[in-house]
Amino acid sequence: MPEIKDPLIPAIGVVTDIRRDTPDVKTFRVVTPDGVKPFIHKPGQCAMLSIPGIGEAMFSITSSPTNEDFMEFSIKKCGCVTDWLHSMEPGQQITIRGPYGNGFPVDTEFAGKDMLFIAGGIGLAPLRSVINYCRHYRDRYGKIDIVYGSRSKDDLVDYQEIIDEWATDSGVDVHLTIDREQEGWDGHVGFVPSYVKELNFATNKTAILCGPPIMIKFTLAGLIELGFSKEQIYTTLEMRMKCGVGKCGRCNVGSKYICKDGPVFRFDQLDELPDEY
Amino acid sequence: MRKLSLERLDALLSSISEKMPLYLPVDTDGGAHFVRFQSGLKPSEKLLPSKSAKDIFFPQSEELVNFKVDGKKIEIIDIRKECEDFVVWGVTPCDAKALRVLDNVFLAEPIDSFYKNRRDHGIIVSLACARPSETCFCQTFGIDAADPDCDVAIYKADGYLYLSPKTDKGEKLVASLADLTEDTDEKPVEDAKNTIRERLAKLPLANLKADAFGAGKTSKFFDAPEWSELSESCLGCGSCTFHCPTCQCYDIKDIDTGHGVIRQRCWDSCMYSEFTKMSAGQPRLTQKERFRQRFMHKLVYYPERYNGLYSCVGCGRCLRVCPIGMNIVKVMKKLGGNENA
Amino acid sequence: MQEINRETLIAKAKELLDAGTVDRLLGWKRGEFDWDVTPAVFTADNLGEFVYNSFCGANFSKYLIAETRKSEKKVLVFLKPCDTYSFNQLLTEHRFDRERVYAVGIPCEGMLDVAKIRGLSDNVASVTDGETVKIETLWDGEITSEREKLLAERCLNCKSKKHVAYDELIGEDGDVLDSHRFDEVERLESLTPDERYAFWQNELSRCIRCNACRDVCPACTCEKCVFDNPNSGLENKAAANEFEEKLFHIIRAFHVAGRCTDCGECSRVCPQHIPLHLLNRKFIRDIDNFYGEYQAGAEVGSRAPIVNFTTDDLEPSEAVRRDENA
Repeated sequence: MPEIKDPLIPAIGVVTDIRRDTPDVKTFRVVTPDGVKPFIHKPGQCAMLSIPGIGEAMFSITSSPTNEDFMEFSIKKCGCVTDWLHSMEPGQQITIRGPYGNGFPVDTEFAGKDMLFIAGGIGLAPLRSVINYCRHYRDRYGKIDIVYGSRSKDDLVDYQEIIDEWATDSGVDVHLTIDREQEGWDGHVGFVPSYVKELNFATNKTAILCGPPIMIKFTLAGLIELGFSKEQIYTTLEMRMKCGVGKCGRCNVGSKYICKDGPVFRFDQLDELPDEY
Repeated sequence: MRKLSLERLDALLSSISEKMPLYLPVDTDGGAHFVRFQSGLKPSEKLLPSKSAKDIFFPQSEELVNFKVDGKKIEIIDIRKECEDFVVWGVTPCDAKALRVLDNVFLAEPIDSFYKNRRDHGIIVSLACARPSETCFCQTFGIDAADPDCDVAIYKADGYLYLSPKTDKGEKLVASLADLTEDTDEKPVEDAKNTIRERLAKLPLANLKADAFGAGKTSKFFDAPEWSELSESCLGCGSCTFHCPTCQCYDIKDIDTGHGVIRQRCWDSCMYSEFTKMSAGQPRLTQKERFRQRFMHKLVYYPERYNGLYSCVGCGRCLRVCPIGMNIVKVMKKLGGNENA
Repeated sequence: MQEINRETLIAKAKELLDAGTVDRLLGWKRGEFDWDVTPAVFTADNLGEFVYNSFCGANFSKYLIAETRKSEKKVLVFLKPCDTYSFNQLLTEHRFDRERVYAVGIPCEGMLDVAKIRGLSDNVASVTDGETVKIETLWDGEITSEREKLLAERCLNCKSKKHVAYDELIGEDGDVLDSHRFDEVERLESLTPDERYAFWQNELSRCIRCNACRDVCPACTCEKCVFDNPNSGLENKAAANEFEEKLFHIIRAFHVAGRCTDCGECSRVCPQHIPLHLLNRKFIRDIDNFYGEYQAGAEVGSRAPIVNFTTDDLEPSEAVRRDENA
């Protein structure tokens, strides 16, 4: 019955390019064997990648839907599937299925808003898709601010794209920070949450947070202190996932399945969920 | 409504199995288990098969897809085949209802084709419970064990087996057995239903109510101090989940055979420590959180997602299999307050 | 029926709680039905829910590992004779602090097997223990049975009525018994390899890999079991194939060999009624035959023959020869 699609049966993807972003993050470019983009997606959605025999894992799609040629994934090395991905060479086939999740409400709730993106470390990966979407449809959004921090300069993902493209756009302000002083770095030094408070953003913005849980916690508190309401702040959650389609039960939190109903939530929506994510 | 003498049951079962595969619970050393019918096999007289009919639609493990890996190339081999029609005989009314619970999950978009294939072709023959057990509490969840939700309801009364088709699938099956059965009026079945309902009302757990639970009750129960005591001696073995007709959590695993890769799915359990563990952290650190998840999901989260339907059918298997005698009835009584006493 | 009753145990618990000897106790909590009891921690406040009957078979020794870590105060535990062997074995393996336990040995006349009762009736309203057990059913009136016919297998083949560890005993101590516990092992040994394979294939085919046998086993006390380790490739899941369930049980039997006291908890808790204790008894029997009789847990600090090299040890080739001739 191959004519009937099943969400658990993947398709073949070919990794055509691998870029090293940081010592433990690489960005993989994936197309179908026919050389086209595997499927259409929305910013913030995810895909299941796998190497048969090693396992399957969920990754956010880093490239913007406006990229019509290929799909990109920025992946940090932190487990058996990611170890394997990091060891491969261009030309390698993998399997891919998706897209999964709700994605960011870029065409509805975000439309016409001033956007504030706040990311820490590999947390930039899911935001890059939205940022490039907003940059592509520049006139649909107000001012764009991007606060991005990492342990060191070398741990900033997509650094070249940030400097060469984002920072040179008009109406886009990029605020980079690293945790500690480093030779060759004349930018801001300090943690993301305190930098956000220092920058004292106007409270009419729509904010999107992504990063380690501790960064999220303190940045959220900082934004609330600045006068933001939870209805204006979004994040994207990470849970262990196997099916990606709200059935296997692993990412169940309250009545939601993070893979299907999330991973994007507003903080007022998260307040409705039990604290188990 | 058709009937045949219970003495001719073997002929009826043989006739079905000549037309299509027939599965029925048969007594083994380890309780009643569903097996494929062969001539001479007798259906178990036990009320509950050890494991439910869920196993036939969502088996303990199954192959999803195969791969051949050759250097950098991968070949995906879709091994799915449309199954033939089959009959599952002797499903209890609670287990039949449990399939509705599973349907909500597996038949929601995007549809699980493995489950749907079997659901489309499976014909459920459910035996009304003339002899419910002390562990039964299907009534708590609005299930009528005298009138099962299935394709063909069967009743035993006065030495006869009565067959009452309830769906098109059921009509077709019963029609195909016309030469073995005869027409009958509904009176004996109505009497049987009344007897069953009288018995149901006398069950020790007849007054257990689920009203305290349901949608919107997360904040009421999530931080309840009772979870500590309830989960205190839980071994985390997951036996309850594997015997539960509505538990549907699964894992996906690759097995490299040396000649290729088999991707399988097998049952998994929220009671296990590794279930939610990520390289980035573990949202359910102790058995208390894992225990709570199982019962909150059945009594609050699931009804919240699926129109108030509870993810428990009161089959009572968890009462029977738990090594430490902890189960959903104790959870409901403890958390649900005195109205359940 | 049991020589001692709930009231005797509650009185003893109250006495020890009042004297400050212990501040809590491990016991069984009353459930919905006579057979439905749950291990629980009690203090003076909730003793009303304490129950003791012939379904209170759970071996509390393993619970002491977690319980003694919770407080420096002593916890009271009631131990049946078979439990005391596990108690000693755990002490031998330094798994809990003896100073934090007050053990009261209680006599045991054997526990009832609810599965055997279900064989007589599947609608059990109540069970009254006695030389003749009375089962009040919901729909079939009263059924009676000789007690012996309803005893758990491990109790029918009880190896000892003697307590090998206690601070205090209730009642008279018993003796080590001449049991028939190896009869079934001998029967299996007498089968051809194919017949034996078929036996285990049939029994283990029902295994659902719930791991209840491991979780309840007093010899399985690893902080992290290899079957829970995602990196082992063997994590606890429903059996992915026939080989996996055999692998699990065989590895487990090897791991507890020489340490298993034959308490029978594995078979008691198996929801699929697999006679898992037979695997362990085969090892016990082989150890007895090859190295001389050894009972794990009979005393604290004894070294199991298979972890204790002596120059008189049997050569492996001789063990294989004897096994082939058996």
